[in-house]
Amino acid sequence: MRWIWIDKFLEFRSGQFARAVKNLTLAEEHLHDHLPGYPIMPASLIIEGLAQTGGILVGEAGGFAEKVVLAKIPRAEFFGVACAGDQLIYEVTLTDLRAEGAVVDAKVFLNGEVLAEVEIVFAHLDNSRSNQIFGPKNFVFTQQLLGVLDLARAQERAKQIDAAKTPPSSTTQANGTAEE
Amino acid sequence: MPTQDEIYEKVQSTLVDALGVDEEDVTRDATLFTDLGAESIDLLDIVFRLERNFGIKIPRGELFPENVSDPDMVEGGKMTAKGLAELKGRMPYADLTEFSANPEVDKLFDLYTVDMLVQYVSNKLGA
Repeated sequence: MRWIWIDKFLEFRSGQFARAVKNLTLAEEHLHDHLPGYPIMPASLIIEGLAQTGGILVGEAGGFAEKVVLAKIPRAEFFGVACAGDQLIYEVTLTDLRAEGAVVDAKVFLNGEVLAEVEIVFAHLDNSRSNQIFGPKNFVFTQQLLGVLDLARAQERAKQIDAAKTPPSSTTQANGTAEE
Repeated sequence: MPTQDEIYEKVQSTLVDALGVDEEDVTRDATLFTDLGAESIDLLDIVFRLERNFGIKIPRGELFPENVSDPDMVEGGKMTAKGLAELKGRMPYADLTEFSANPEVDKLFDLYTVDMLVQYVSNKLGA
């Protein structure tokens, strides 16, 4: 199993906001093991997905120079459950960022309705101390996790290239050069 | 400029949100660490919330000084004269009279009372 709890970024505004999607399937072991016979997504793993979305948002704002770790969850409210087959949308807004850490406000949506509201505090690990303990490698932002952001960027670039090749049909019509 | 009572009420709600404690427990003389159960990781959260709630900027290490346990500031578990002087300079908003009489490092945490936070914010707003 890979410790990646988001499937894809749908939107990423540097230093401000990120929206990610998490699809739930019966192929995921934890859905069977959490409450046998009642395959719901554990709230803790939803929070982990929010923390990964928020962690990348915070890390990217600083060029991934810092090791960003989840420090505290001052508030987490869940208003329902998510089951296999559901699609969760994670929206995370960066509310505060300073040298020592950051705070994000996170919301989870299921079928357009708020499923959960969570506040997360991240801390930047002291680089000199964490290097002594963990070495210089950035164990928070592994290539696997960052791959999610890379994929979203690659898809965005592909869309832009496609858009540049094909002029929008409305423009074509406005110019009076009707399509065949 | 808000009154001391208004600042106290806001500090009180800040701590209720940050530490998940009951409002009636956040009395003026309650200590952050012993009475309200704050841990080191809560300090960052408290700093964020104070900045947001009061519209102030709290530079790193100003409210919660760092490196106070450096060897030249502490000896045998007690603050040295140099350490105390340094502390006075860094924490002008704290009343160090009682602490100075027996400056055990472990007691340093007890300086952080709700009232001290009120005093700190009040100084910031008045500056």
